[in-house]
Amino acid sequence: MKADYEVPDNLLYTDEHEWLRRDEENPDQATIGITDFAQDNVGDVVYLELPPEGDSVSAGETCGEIESAKTVSDLYAPVDGVVVATNGDLEDQPELVNDSPYGDGWMIRVRMADAAQLDDLLDASAYRALIEEH
Amino acid sequence: MTEDGGTGAGRGLRQLTLRDRHEALGARFAPFAGWEMPLQYQGIVGEHHAVRDRVGVFDVSHLGRALVQGSQAGPLLRSVTTFDVTRLVPGKAHYSLYCNEAGGIDDDVFVYRLAGERWAVVHNASNADQDFDRLRSVFGDDASEITADTAMLAVQGPDAMSLLGSVLGDAVAGLEMRSCVELDWRGGQVMFARTGYTGEDGGECIIGVRQAAALWDALIEGGASPAGLGARDTLRLEAALPLYGNDLDAATSPYEAGLGFAVTLDDGAPFTGREALAEARDRPRTRRLAHLVARRRGVLRTGYAVHAPDGGDPVARLTSGSFSPSLRLGIGMAYLPVELAKTGARFDVDVRGRMLPVEVVRRPFYRKSRE
Repeated sequence: MKADYEVPDNLLYTDEHEWLRRDEENPDQATIGITDFAQDNVGDVVYLELPPEGDSVSAGETCGEIESAKTVSDLYAPVDGVVVATNGDLEDQPELVNDSPYGDGWMIRVRMADAAQLDDLLDASAYRALIEEH
Repeated sequence: MTEDGGTGAGRGLRQLTLRDRHEALGARFAPFAGWEMPLQYQGIVGEHHAVRDRVGVFDVSHLGRALVQGSQAGPLLRSVTTFDVTRLVPGKAHYSLYCNEAGGIDDDVFVYRLAGERWAVVHNASNADQDFDRLRSVFGDDASEITADTAMLAVQGPDAMSLLGSVLGDAVAGLEMRSCVELDWRGGQVMFARTGYTGEDGGECIIGVRQAAALWDALIEGGASPAGLGARDTLRLEAALPLYGNDLDAATSPYEAGLGFAVTLDDGAPFTGREALAEARDRPRTRRLAHLVARRRGVLRTGYAVHAPDGGDPVARLTSGSFSPSLRLGIGMAYLPVELAKTGARFDVDVRGRMLPVEVVRRPFYRKSRE
């Protein structure tokens, strides 16, 4: 019964099922979203409450909410930083989170306060092991 | 992001006869009223739209089902239920309530008058045991519980009746709203009624467990989308149909709930709760079940506090709340003080610390536009 969840090798992950992609051109910036496993478990996403540009976020703390048809889930910031962009397309098309969790369904981009925090995140193989336990 | 996918069989929960069918269609299960039920298959929103736009099938076998019989079955049923069911002719069904002596709602039920001196009653799963005890107390051995011997499938949506006609035959296709019929199907019996809980056309089938899988398969092969309890909840809420345990309980009067149509007092017949209900009907109401729509994006959830606007005090809690896939807005219901619950009145709902403005609207939230 277990679905075959996509876990791209080039991303970092949290145990709360967020992913983080470090920007190649601006290595102090990173894009954040929720994983394929997460979107499948919350179900149809119908509304998102995301932090606006300029907000500070702290690693491990709630920075947004993901409302699905059946439940509401917290979005946790993987790292400390300041929001430099939020995905405005999700306002009218929250279903992008389900359709393309690692692509058009991205949620926020942050300027990281301390790139050393990336060492605390999971790599793809560690994250795969985590969701295997579910 | 800590939810369980819910694929494992729950402990101590009753299992549906058609569980393997649901698993094969990718269902995720959740406990509900002591049963392990399909919550969703491919997704709540898609299933919701399939029912609004085409046809969906729900396994609602958790609902309590009972048969009663006898020459006095009509008056006996009438003595425990608020609607004067003796006015039903054979082949007709009606919504009714079981009330307590204080006039509060013990359950909301559907009563079907079958041929001969036989009647069927469908109860909510959460109340099925005490509801059957209520029937047994007046019918004795003339009441029989058939929940374990049967399955119940709800087929709902604009294409439901044509699908049901092609699967079950002409006797079903020509049936009027809230009519019911028993028919033979593949060596067993089906009780069919043109009823439902979604605000859509369609019907509900009670069928012996031996034929249930064949009927499920025929409906799926005929184009029905499997739909779970998640979509059932968003559909019934859009149609402003109350859910027992959320919007109705033993301390709630039918008049507050907008269910006065299910209470007959003018026939003078005695029934449980009659005196209290007669008094409640004539007394000015202090609260009523109001229908609330969010005025900006956001989702209302059951239990959220409803505040008077502009920093006002909490006045009620949402008894039901959800996202409406049809309106793409948060919708909910709450018992508001009557003097405040005017159509168009504004309130704020506390969405985990943020105030979401809402407005009182007339029911239902969503009405089918008929061509």
